[in-house]
Amino acid sequence: MASPPLVAEQRIQSHPPAAITLEFENVFMSFEDKQVLDGISFQLRFGETKAIFGVAGSGKSTILKLALGLLKPDAGRIFVLGEEITSMPESALFDLRRRVGIVFQESALFDSLTVRENVAFRLLEEGDVPEEQIEERVREALSFVELENTVNLYPSELSGGMRRRVAIARTIITHPEVLLYDSPTGGLDPVTSNTIIELLVKQRDVYKTSALLVTHRLQDAFTMATHYFDRAENKMKPLPPNARASVPLCFLILRDGHIIFDGDLKSLRETRDEYIREYIS
Amino acid sequence: MDIELISPSDWAKQKILAVQEYAVIAARSIGNLFTSPRYLGDTTQQADLIGVGSLPIVILCGFFTGGALAQNSGSTLQRFGSLSLIGQLVSLGMVRELGPVITGLMVAGRNASGMASELGSMVVTEQIDAMRALGTDPMRKLVTPRVVSTVVMLFFLTIISDAFGIAGGGVASALFFGVDFHQYWSTAWQILVFQDVFMGLAKPVLFGFIISSVGCYYGISARGGTQGVGRATTQAVVASSILIITVDFFITRLSMTLFGG
Repeated sequence: MASPPLVAEQRIQSHPPAAITLEFENVFMSFEDKQVLDGISFQLRFGETKAIFGVAGSGKSTILKLALGLLKPDAGRIFVLGEEITSMPESALFDLRRRVGIVFQESALFDSLTVRENVAFRLLEEGDVPEEQIEERVREALSFVELENTVNLYPSELSGGMRRRVAIARTIITHPEVLLYDSPTGGLDPVTSNTIIELLVKQRDVYKTSALLVTHRLQDAFTMATHYFDRAENKMKPLPPNARASVPLCFLILRDGHIIFDGDLKSLRETRDEYIREYIS
Repeated sequence: MDIELISPSDWAKQKILAVQEYAVIAARSIGNLFTSPRYLGDTTQQADLIGVGSLPIVILCGFFTGGALAQNSGSTLQRFGSLSLIGQLVSLGMVRELGPVITGLMVAGRNASGMASELGSMVVTEQIDAMRALGTDPMRKLVTPRVVSTVVMLFFLTIISDAFGIAGGGVASALFFGVDFHQYWSTAWQILVFQDVFMGLAKPVLFGFIISSVGCYYGISARGGTQGVGRATTQAVVASSILIITVDFFITRLSMTLFGG
């Protein structure tokens, strides 16, 4: 396995624990006549993972695309790593996007490129990274997702779970400061889903990356809230109940364009809201 | 299937928006040439796909179009005893009109559809969004190389098509009307003046731009899964073919106004 680089330590030094990496401020978004987001506001702190839930069409994926500047909101402001992106031109956004990574719902790998070319895409585009360094970082990223032997395969030759893992490798190769996961376990079997969640926990605990996780599967978020990554044994392990409060994971639930819950696992379990209780039952 | 009725004002707004989006894509494809990064590797790859890939069909179409033109004009000229003019007629017809238009239509059928389906598939599978998310401008990496390579390659393909068209006319004239090939070739060559060559070579530049920008526009704006990609592909071929023929009419008129008859 690749040894974790010093990225996490550097990141902890450069960001105070309470620093905000991402913030939505009264954001409105509609598609044609449908109001998808109706003035939502929330913050994502440094090192924190926020799991976003909601029924289909509630605007979960839209939040991720807005956070990356792939969509522009109708109103409101979005701050990413201290920069207000809503008024940024596309050319300036390309620079900021190098510090933010996204794993798309269907992986969105470039089907005409090999796994190596997909994973190295960002480095190849930068143009000034030496070939040996590209090889090393591709190996490191693929080793992180345990797919070192797929470098010369094309995405069509991989299974759905492997494609998601390659997409994660492509996203983390430049060690982004914020990660956005769009249903990374959607449509996968429970075993593969667990592998993906283990990678997310590893990314959170080893690299201390802030993340927004969109998912339909509550058990994924509960697993993330109740487990940690043991670097010595290189696997995800359950946390004792008294240590769970320290896990930097929050839940955000959307309904009819509004945020109806934004809090940790404990407050989620204690909520009296009927809709939420039914949702998590 | 339900038929959705749309108000005339909404229809007009949609069309104006489409023209605006096309104009933005077309303008950016040119504007990107003046700033870095420039994707020379992608441009060369596209030039190979468009230019070398289209060579066989362009040669065949040019040759047989020239041959057909010679047969049609030959029978008419024979009636007036002016068969010696056949080389001039085929040469002018090919260089000024048929060479650029036939080559343009062939490349439109082959490459506008290819661009629309390739980019459309990338849109519906979120690969374009992924590219933007990875900090790369899809206009720069995908659209500009296609536009540049189509313009350059269509220019040279048209010259090749013209040459094979004139040769095809020569073969048909010799075979069916007994015209001496050397006489045919020298009259075909001598009749051409600057105006003819200018008109014949200005057209492929514009047609190349039309084919690539229209193909990329329909690809980039494809929506609605595989059905949407299929629709985009068809629309790209239809729109680029119509535009080629329409623009051809106006360039011909403009050229005749500028240079005379």
